[in-house]
Amino acid sequence: MSVPEITEGTGDAHISPRPNFWRNRFGRRRRLDRVPWIPIAIIFFLLLLPAIFADLIAVHDPLRGVLSDRLTPPVWEEGGSWTYPLGTDKLGRDILTRLIYGARISLAVSTITILVGLVIGSILGLAAGYFGGWIDWIVSWLVDTFFSLPGVLLALVIVAAIGPSFLTIVIILSVTIWAPFARQVRGETLSVREMDFIARAQVAGSSPMRILIRHVLPNVANTLIVMATLQVGVVIINESSLSFIGAGIPRPNPSWGVMVADGRDLMLVAWWISFFPGLAILLVVLSFNLTGDWLRDFLDPKMRQRQ
Amino acid sequence: MARYILINSFRGLLTIIFVSVVVFSLARLTGDPMDVLAPTDMSDEDQDALRALWGLDKPLLEQYVIFVQSAAEGDFGPSYLYRSETAAEVILDRLPASLYLGFVATILTIVVGVPLGILSAVKRGTIYDAIGRGFALFGQSVPEFWLGIVLIWVVAVQVGPIPTSGMGTWQSYILPSIVISIFGIAALLRLFRSAMLETLGTEYIKLARLKGLSEWRVVCKHALKPAAIAPLTFFGQLSVRMITGATVVEIVFSWPGVGLLAYEAANARDFPIVQALALFVAACVVVMNLMIDIAYAYIDPRVRLGEGTAS
Repeated sequence: MSVPEITEGTGDAHISPRPNFWRNRFGRRRRLDRVPWIPIAIIFFLLLLPAIFADLIAVHDPLRGVLSDRLTPPVWEEGGSWTYPLGTDKLGRDILTRLIYGARISLAVSTITILVGLVIGSILGLAAGYFGGWIDWIVSWLVDTFFSLPGVLLALVIVAAIGPSFLTIVIILSVTIWAPFARQVRGETLSVREMDFIARAQVAGSSPMRILIRHVLPNVANTLIVMATLQVGVVIINESSLSFIGAGIPRPNPSWGVMVADGRDLMLVAWWISFFPGLAILLVVLSFNLTGDWLRDFLDPKMRQRQ
Repeated sequence: MARYILINSFRGLLTIIFVSVVVFSLARLTGDPMDVLAPTDMSDEDQDALRALWGLDKPLLEQYVIFVQSAAEGDFGPSYLYRSETAAEVILDRLPASLYLGFVATILTIVVGVPLGILSAVKRGTIYDAIGRGFALFGQSVPEFWLGIVLIWVVAVQVGPIPTSGMGTWQSYILPSIVISIFGIAALLRLFRSAMLETLGTEYIKLARLKGLSEWRVVCKHALKPAAIAPLTFFGQLSVRMITGATVVEIVFSWPGVGLLAYEAANARDFPIVQALALFVAACVVVMNLMIDIAYAYIDPRVRLGEGTAS
């Protein structure tokens, strides 16, 4: 972790190093070279843009198709037309339109899930790392326990219980996603706690709450940013996998996982139904992983994987 | 050391109990299994008789006690779906299919992942490294279910008829084991690459080189051993995944293992099988974690004397 910078003459006894996104721990501006522009562009054009402006971009209805146009191939194949650039599925729904609306589902599910996981994981991780003792014991045990839960099986059971819906899938994914956050934050808090500026803050009479929020949290923030980025990929894969086996977003909603499932039996006749949504998942997750790896190097050179 | 093992075993036991309570309560939430399992023309008396047979008419707490008893006896009670068998028998029937596939996939993961990781580290910055890292990135990002479907499609169109669904000859293992191992290969490659890079940069490796040892000996004898410790945790996770079956992959390839069984049982509300499977998975994870913790404590005294567990 970073070394506390003590500014002379301020009289402030417990200045904590204030990590800055744009400056490294020596106060130098971080360099903006090697920014992964292509992955960022993919995330922007394949996920963010379609998700936000789906109603403006998409020409067709994502849920209702034209039956007479069913199984139209993509435009470059024989029999394809520009009306349906990526073809249609067995109900005559436009694949591109469904992909665009599917981005909305992926973005919404991953954003909410990551936020919930981030908040719960940080609170538990901070408390466990800072207070130690029985709080640490319980949180660590909970983390281990949630790592050993049979996720897919539980998801199937829960969905059988309350039916598949957007809320169900968000709850299922949130319940499991907090554990890695908590584990990471706990570990970092343990090392930050040993820093001089924490002792000074304690001597100065700051409450544990204030120390955690003003002094510890800013020091684990960079890790949280990196983890959140990398976990987006995990959430998108998990959501689409559950949707694929029927335990996620219910039909006829155009989740990318549902779309792959829709075309599964038609692969030999109409490969485009399953192929494009899966490709979209692959590209978006790949981009988040690349961006996350870069962020880690960018924010914390110590953690840089040797190049 | 004994104290360390004891405390960790206690934690593991608590975890298994927690999982059993969670799964039990969730299963009871799913509604009456009679809706799914009983034929529509079954008379009310017959339904009640069946409920009584399965203990569904008793209070929840009593049902849980019965469940724990049956778990202790090892049979987990009669399966609802396969009437004549107990849940344990059904699972044991399906376990070999998952184990065989898991074994093949594990071998594939190690045989491909470890050498690629080492190659990537030793030839850092070359085309080998780029290919290795590209592969790792792909393996971590590709959705398994889609990869399975695309592979089936490519093989069916390009290669012709090889079995792409169900379990049969050795050829039927090819595609599922590739799909299952792709994530493991990627993770193992990354882990070995960074662990190797770390050890290759140490002083004793420089000394080994100065002694005039061949590059082969330096890499294989001196660098590989310490580097192999770091991915230990991962081997644990890998083996658990291989034993407990990969549900999504088994569904895509109609592979008759425990993963597919979990899917069938959850949809059919076959409580005994769902509960038994959940306990089985949790127990596998707990035991594996315990073994890894002990292995770490054995290798590194700081773990057992100092605080916390290795992570």
